[in-house]
Amino acid sequence: MPPFLHRQRYLIDYTLAALLRRKTRNLGLLLVYTLLVFLFAAALLLGEGLRREAAVLLRDAPEVIVQRLVAGRHDLLPAAWLDTLRRIRGVGAVQGRLWGYYYDPAVKANYTLMAAPDRGLAADEILIGAALARVRQIGVGDYLSLRAATGQPLPLKITGILDSPSELLSADLLLLAEAGYRQLFQLPPDVYTDAVLTVRNPREANTVAQKIALALPDSRPISRAEILRTYDAVFNWREGLLFVVLGTLTLAFIILAWDKAAGLSAEEKREIGILKAIGWETGDILRMKLWEGTLISLTAFLAGYLLAYWQVFHGGARLFAPVLKGWAVLYPQFRLTPAVDAQQILVLLAVTVLPYIVATLIPGWRAAIADPDAVMRG
Amino acid sequence: MIELNGVTKLFNQGRPNQCRALGEIHLSLDRGGITVFEGPSGSGKTTLLTLIGCLARPTSGRIVLDGRLLSNLPERFLTEVRRHTFGFVFQQFNLIRGLTALENVMLPAYPLGRPWRELRAAALVLLDRFGLGAKAASRVEWLSGGEAQRTALARALINDPAVLIADEPTANLDSILSREVLALLGELASQGQTVLISSHDPLVFEAARVDRVIELHDGHIVGDRRC
Repeated sequence: MPPFLHRQRYLIDYTLAALLRRKTRNLGLLLVYTLLVFLFAAALLLGEGLRREAAVLLRDAPEVIVQRLVAGRHDLLPAAWLDTLRRIRGVGAVQGRLWGYYYDPAVKANYTLMAAPDRGLAADEILIGAALARVRQIGVGDYLSLRAATGQPLPLKITGILDSPSELLSADLLLLAEAGYRQLFQLPPDVYTDAVLTVRNPREANTVAQKIALALPDSRPISRAEILRTYDAVFNWREGLLFVVLGTLTLAFIILAWDKAAGLSAEEKREIGILKAIGWETGDILRMKLWEGTLISLTAFLAGYLLAYWQVFHGGARLFAPVLKGWAVLYPQFRLTPAVDAQQILVLLAVTVLPYIVATLIPGWRAAIADPDAVMRG
Repeated sequence: MIELNGVTKLFNQGRPNQCRALGEIHLSLDRGGITVFEGPSGSGKTTLLTLIGCLARPTSGRIVLDGRLLSNLPERFLTEVRRHTFGFVFQQFNLIRGLTALENVMLPAYPLGRPWRELRAAALVLLDRFGLGAKAASRVEWLSGGEAQRTALARALINDPAVLIADEPTANLDSILSREVLALLGELASQGQTVLISSHDPLVFEAARVDRVIELHDGHIVGDRRC
């Protein structure tokens, strides 16, 4: 082994022994530090996980959604529009959709109702989302009564619980037959909520959207990319809110770290003096302090990050889920796909590890540049 | 071997509380033997040893070691000289608490990057030589005053320095332990080691093994006798 490596080994040995000599102080610091990294990493991992989840779910979504606007307000779309849309060059399949929100006073929650012609449901049958089934404590074979537009209850037989790899979109979803949906909302047969369409060349989605806007001046075409951007903005905004709160915590930690790491005790100063007097140079002391900062901060970083990873991807992300998923009565339950982003780790390292190492180095350097003769004077 | 020409040392220079610790010291020290710097408290003994041992720089004057001018060397080179030429035994022992005697002895050699087995073996040889083999794994705070002093002595010798500097080595010891330490220093001198001691203890400067006594008073040499 070359002398350089021996030297580093001795410095690490000495640093570990020095840390253990003040174990109560250092353990306390390590715990607070780990907690801080854990909180930051949990927020980052959950935010990133949710964004990826949304992106994966929207991957199979239609390229363009067309709504009808009346005086800037969303309105029902005439069935005749579907033919107009089909005639636009570049448009593939066009399908009218029926969907809407339904407020259930019993559980004080909004459901998303949607007609699903491809599910082969009868007019009095319904499929419900898993979160709704949990909250209402109902299952297959039970009846769910919804208050129809006529004011009368409309009993619908539950024929299945929506089985989805992710509950993000299906938690509060109710699927009905088209006939059942029109009966519930008393809709005439020639209108739809909106229309979805595929584009032959997905890269032309924006051009097709422009053509639709020209052909149907009352329409509002929404591309998939726009929806993704909205999701991104929502999660970024929530993440930002969380970081403001965490920022306060960071400040408290910096004060603590400065106090613990920066304020060298008389004992530590004496030790540095002795080391210099017996032949260590300023560089050796700085290297020792660098190891000290690195050992503490990397241990805290690894422990905090791994805890956060476990919490977010295996522990249900209970800590920040209400903030980042949104406030709701019907919480979707879903397991995020584990994802680690190198850039994210670098940012987290820069925010948590670097300041601590600097806070350790500066006082060490200040003590180390003093003449070691003070040691001779006891 | 060591030459001091017109060396002065001022503390708090330029401030109202400026103090002259040493004034115009001219001194030549030969290799080998025991030299004792004797004088009352505040006479400048410790300051002189810190300058000779490169722990501090003189305010003015020149210090030359084996023909090499030390007083204008940058800190890094000064440390290099200190590490290889001088071993220190401090009045308060200055061992690092929480570490074992063996670890304390090995400590000055850490920056040199010697292989661990070789370094540990060298440290154990030194501890054995001073009768501390059985205490190698003991923490230094559990050692008696005499054992701590001998551990400090072993630590001072781990880098095989040419000069051993001992500042008031008997100040915290009773007369029996003081004689023991003096015997060890005498033994080292007889093996060719240069030993420089500061002391105001008559037991030290009247010891038979001492080769030279330099008397200091108020930062000046007032006596120099060879024994």
